[in-house]
Amino acid sequence: MEASPSRVNAPSLAERAYRIRRNALRMGEVQGQGYIAQALGVADVLAVAYFHAMRYHPDDPEWEGRDRFLLSIGHYAIAAYSAMIEAGIIPEDELETYGSDDSRLPMSGMASYTPGMEISGGSLGQGLAIGVGYALGLKRKKSDAFVYCLFSDGECGEGAVWEGASGAGHWKLDNLIGIIDVNNQQADGPSSEVTGGLEHLADRFTAFGWHAQRVNGNDIGALVSAFDAARSLREPMPRVIICDTRMAKGVPFLEQRERNHFLRVDADEWQQALAVLEEGRTA
Amino acid sequence: MMRNKYARPVRLTEQGEGGQGGASRLTTSAMIASLAAPGQRTKPAPFGQALLALAETRPDLLGLSADLSKYTDLHIFAKAHPDRFYQMGMSEQLLMCTAAGLAREGFMPFATTYAVFAARRAYDFICLAIAEENLNVKVVCALPGLTTGYGPSHQATEDIAIFRGMPNLTIVDPCDALDIEQAVPAIAAHSGPVYMRLLRGNVPIVLDEYDYKFELGKAKLLRGGADALIISSGFMTMRALEAVESLKAQRIDAGVLHVPTIKPLDEATIIREASKTGRMVIVAENHTVIGGLGEAVAGVLLRAGVTPAFRQIGLPDEFLDAGALPTLHDRYGISTAAMSKSIKRWLAA
Ligand SMILES: Cc1ncc(C[n+]2csc(CCOP(=O)(O)OP(=O)(O)O)c2C)c(N)n1
Ligand SMILES: [Mg+2]
Repeated sequence: MEASPSRVNAPSLAERAYRIRRNALRMGEVQGQGYIAQALGVADVLAVAYFHAMRYHPDDPEWEGRDRFLLSIGHYAIAAYSAMIEAGIIPEDELETYGSDDSRLPMSGMASYTPGMEISGGSLGQGLAIGVGYALGLKRKKSDAFVYCLFSDGECGEGAVWEGASGAGHWKLDNLIGIIDVNNQQADGPSSEVTGGLEHLADRFTAFGWHAQRVNGNDIGALVSAFDAARSLREPMPRVIICDTRMAKGVPFLEQRERNHFLRVDADEWQQALAVLEEGRTA
Repeated sequence: MMRNKYARPVRLTEQGEGGQGGASRLTTSAMIASLAAPGQRTKPAPFGQALLALAETRPDLLGLSADLSKYTDLHIFAKAHPDRFYQMGMSEQLLMCTAAGLAREGFMPFATTYAVFAARRAYDFICLAIAEENLNVKVVCALPGLTTGYGPSHQATEDIAIFRGMPNLTIVDPCDALDIEQAVPAIAAHSGPVYMRLLRGNVPIVLDEYDYKFELGKAKLLRGGADALIISSGFMTMRALEAVESLKAQRIDAGVLHVPTIKPLDEATIIREASKTGRMVIVAENHTVIGGLGEAVAGVLLRAGVTPAFRQIGLPDEFLDAGALPTLHDRYGISTAAMSKSIKRWLAA
């Protein structure tokens, strides 16, 4: 499968993940607070999605042949922008406008604001079901593009997620790849307490007719294998990659914070966070 | 308004490198916390505190939230009464149906989420499972109207329009911390479904200066005025009171009628006040001009044959922008300054 941008002499996926995290911290600093722990946690997943798995043209975000990336969790926009900046879809200097007046990078991701953003995802629970429509539409057009939909553990509380799961299984949508960020966190606390049932996520999707994999979402090697398996599977069924991630991964002093759904970071801690992140840079 | 997402922000194209220049650095999240102006008197979490007080005398009171207890001040009740609190997860439809079932069994559930998710996602569930049965469920929702800069997914610009169409439902839109504190026991004393718009966090307190008491179903005249009457609900009453002060300096004498209960509407008081001749009637609401207090008042007056000059201050029939809340309130005409300007212009015309 043709992949873009060109992989020749490209930075390693670990380096991509590092830069995604760095972009997220720089955007977080603009607001002083926000969904930074999510962005740090899901950076490895996005690095593999954008720089290993997905096909797209950075300078033509609406290219017909692109794989569609649906961000159901609108509050993860900071993570998606970070990846799209690294991918060259969004200019890097727009980082400093994140969440500010008249920015193209609002705090909640919206298709009407940002090149490369397929859907407006802030009302949680809609993405997977919209993905069913995308997948059916691509099939009608005889396209071989994939639909990727990123959603979250907390989002699995929404009924619409399971309507989407059921519909995709029924229609055998083998061009739909769900990615669930399981960081065991949501607005009111740990998802294991607030929502529950996370240990059975793979079984639940399997029961709806999906091919399910569960991986360490901070292990790039495991993610590459999982994305490869999801794409190359021959069975006519939708696929889901359940990614267990660690909130604030890569910045240990932020990983320790509790109540990190909406992280407040002191002004002097941003440089410290960037420095710690740099220390862990492996590429 | 059609947005061009392929145009770079003006700030970056005109000012080049690092161009912060005169451009606004106001941020979205800085505005989540409170509507209070700097230095304004506030009270923390009036809804949570009022519920806590009520819990003492109402053993049937239960609290439920859909992963937003911290963001609706319900966590205060949940912490004090963990055995009377249900965390429903991010499942607004389940939240409303569970509340309905609990009400059937004789309990009085207070169910909290954001206004958009109750009005939009859970509408059918509130309508049929709760309202049609006239069940004793109180739906209390943060982020009503334009009280967040997160964009359309979180801006409940049409919640009142949606809920006004629901039979049996009482709708309350309190102005400040005092209003909320007094409204909580009042809606609990009323047997039946209620939708209350919530201001959370550090909530301004202003009505204590007006010899005011919340009464369900009653509009309250906060001050008289010869030139205009502002009829308002929610925090727009606070803005109206501020606007009236600034208009005074320009020799404009405007009155304020606060209407914290949108449904049932206190028609008698509205008709009485609007009938005083020579006054322009201006309805101010934190809501789209479609289907809210403004159109409700217009309908009442027209049916009664009372036809003063009539204007509306409210949000346009658009999906609103994301950005900092003060910027957006100015842009859409519901800041104190924008409101004063409109009133001045209308009265001069
Ligand atoms: C339908 C809906 N209900 C509630 C919310 C408010 N909300 C925003 S994020 C969030 C938690 C979602 O869970 P998750 O994505 O797992 O949280 P995180 O991992 O980011 O902490 C909630 C309840 C929402 N945006 N949409
Ligand atoms: Mg989560």
